[in-house]
Amino acid sequence: MLELSNVSVKYGAFAAIENIDIHVGKGELVVLLGSNGAGKSTTFNAISGLQKPSEGTIAFEGSPIHGVVPDKIVQAGIVQCAEDRKLFPQMTVKENLIMGGYVHRRKRKQVHQSLEEVFELFPILHDKKDDPAGSLSGGQQQMLAIGRAIMSKPKLVLLDEPSIGLAPLIVEQMFDVIQKINKDGTTVLLAEQNAYAALKIADRGYVYESGSIVVKGTADELLSNDTVRKAYIGA
Amino acid sequence: MVSLLKNKGWVIGFIIAAILFPFVLSNDYFLHVLTLAFIWMIAVYGLNLLAGYTGYLSLAHAGFFAIGAYSLGLLSVNTDINFWLALLLACLITSAIGAVVGLVALRTREHFFAIYTLCVGYIIYLVIDKWDSLTGGVRGLIGIESPSAIGPLTFETPLSQYYLVLFFLLFTVLIMYRIVHSLTGRTFIAIRNSEDLAQTIGISTMKNKLLVFVLSTFFASLAGALYASFIRFIGPDIGYITIIFDLLTYLIVGGIGTLAGPIVGTFLIVAVSQSLQFLQDYRMLIFGPLLTLLVIFYPRGIVGAYHDWRMKMAARKRNRPQKEQRYFEAETDESEKKIKEG
Repeated sequence: MLELSNVSVKYGAFAAIENIDIHVGKGELVVLLGSNGAGKSTTFNAISGLQKPSEGTIAFEGSPIHGVVPDKIVQAGIVQCAEDRKLFPQMTVKENLIMGGYVHRRKRKQVHQSLEEVFELFPILHDKKDDPAGSLSGGQQQMLAIGRAIMSKPKLVLLDEPSIGLAPLIVEQMFDVIQKINKDGTTVLLAEQNAYAALKIADRGYVYESGSIVVKGTADELLSNDTVRKAYIGA
Repeated sequence: MVSLLKNKGWVIGFIIAAILFPFVLSNDYFLHVLTLAFIWMIAVYGLNLLAGYTGYLSLAHAGFFAIGAYSLGLLSVNTDINFWLALLLACLITSAIGAVVGLVALRTREHFFAIYTLCVGYIIYLVIDKWDSLTGGVRGLIGIESPSAIGPLTFETPLSQYYLVLFFLLFTVLIMYRIVHSLTGRTFIAIRNSEDLAQTIGISTMKNKLLVFVLSTFFASLAGALYASFIRFIGPDIGYITIIFDLLTYLIVGGIGTLAGPIVGTFLIVAVSQSLQFLQDYRMLIFGPLLTLLVIFYPRGIVGAYHDWRMKMAARKRNRPQKEQRYFEAETDESEKKIKEG
């Protein structure tokens, strides 16, 4: 479904990511592990068109998407849910969600149906649908950010550190929801620092270090990999 | 319009006050000042859509105001076409120029955009000032036609012109309301919040920014064309940068990115300015510190501050039942404890 081949993003002499090869199959849940600044978000930005790769190719469903403008990439079926829960704080919860269905704005029925599905997934958002998004708690904001991302019914959703800064109980709920979204048919590429929780729900994973992939494998392989265990799981 | 009237008490209040004003104060001078204020309000609404709702501070709007005024003036003085057709053409010509300027200007952001548009505004002023054979240069353009009659309705008297401009202002407010409360308006707000975020949900930011830029220049030109037909004499100074700073002052005082801001700000500044006429240019000594204080303490202007206050009250109201519930639960726990302890 998604194929990154030899992708590099450089700022002058500095390479944010270098020679990245990632493969994501249809229906998979793939996790990118790595510390802050390892290059996970840059990879996401390159896939979603916010940053042009300096080298390499990105293909989605067989068509090249590197150099394509972000809105066309969303239309193709890839949606990014950015780190730090970026919302439109002055808009209400419902308005934020409707904005998520922007690419289907002429199909009102479909947007309404997606809205109901998101409310079913996150009932708290229904209760707070008329509240400004800026007034929500951290966990609710993250739910809204994920809800908005799936409003356009993407084929592939890029979730950038959805557990960051959340209480452990909320983190657990969040990973359950991500797993549910994946089981419902959406392919998920997840960037995380919470390696253990992410690998528990993932099919495969890639481990980043200083802009390069250093380890890759199935979730079970990574969970039993000594380097991963020492660096990210603390065992 | 019905929902606009239903939701916004201030709109009804404003319409009634504006309609009744000539009957309460039948003074031609005040009528003239208020008609001019209405024209400025239309221009400020145009600026507000771009600077307030989309976050792109254009300093070229005095230039577009002047292009609208000169387009109508030239069509009126040099051709025999109907006034209303000339008005429409003036708006379309300015919008087309706006689209060309926007295509280049919108490739820049933030202060680069402001500086670029400031340069465009100044170039427009220079073109008007120096292109003597077309614009009349510093001599200006005289003998501009006043609005022609529509059936039995004539617009020769100050009173009829007042109501005509009021009609255009209400039309502008209605259009702005419809835009701001539509998905298109929310798209503009999304761009203001974060262009990257807007792009990641599928918004074509360039297309939408160009749309808002053209819409914004359309209203600036409408105000300019009305100004030309109302004053009937225009000179290059209407495109000078001081005009854009006047428009910005009206917007900042009223509330940038608010629907009522342009009316409140323009009315207030015009009223205070009229009251301090005796101070002549020294009025700025009062305006300057007042504006500084307002920007420091109420950066969202008078209407923005009012909205913030209302939101704070609503949040307090929302939280009160929860607090009361917690207090009630604590009280109940305490009572149950006491009962158990005997």
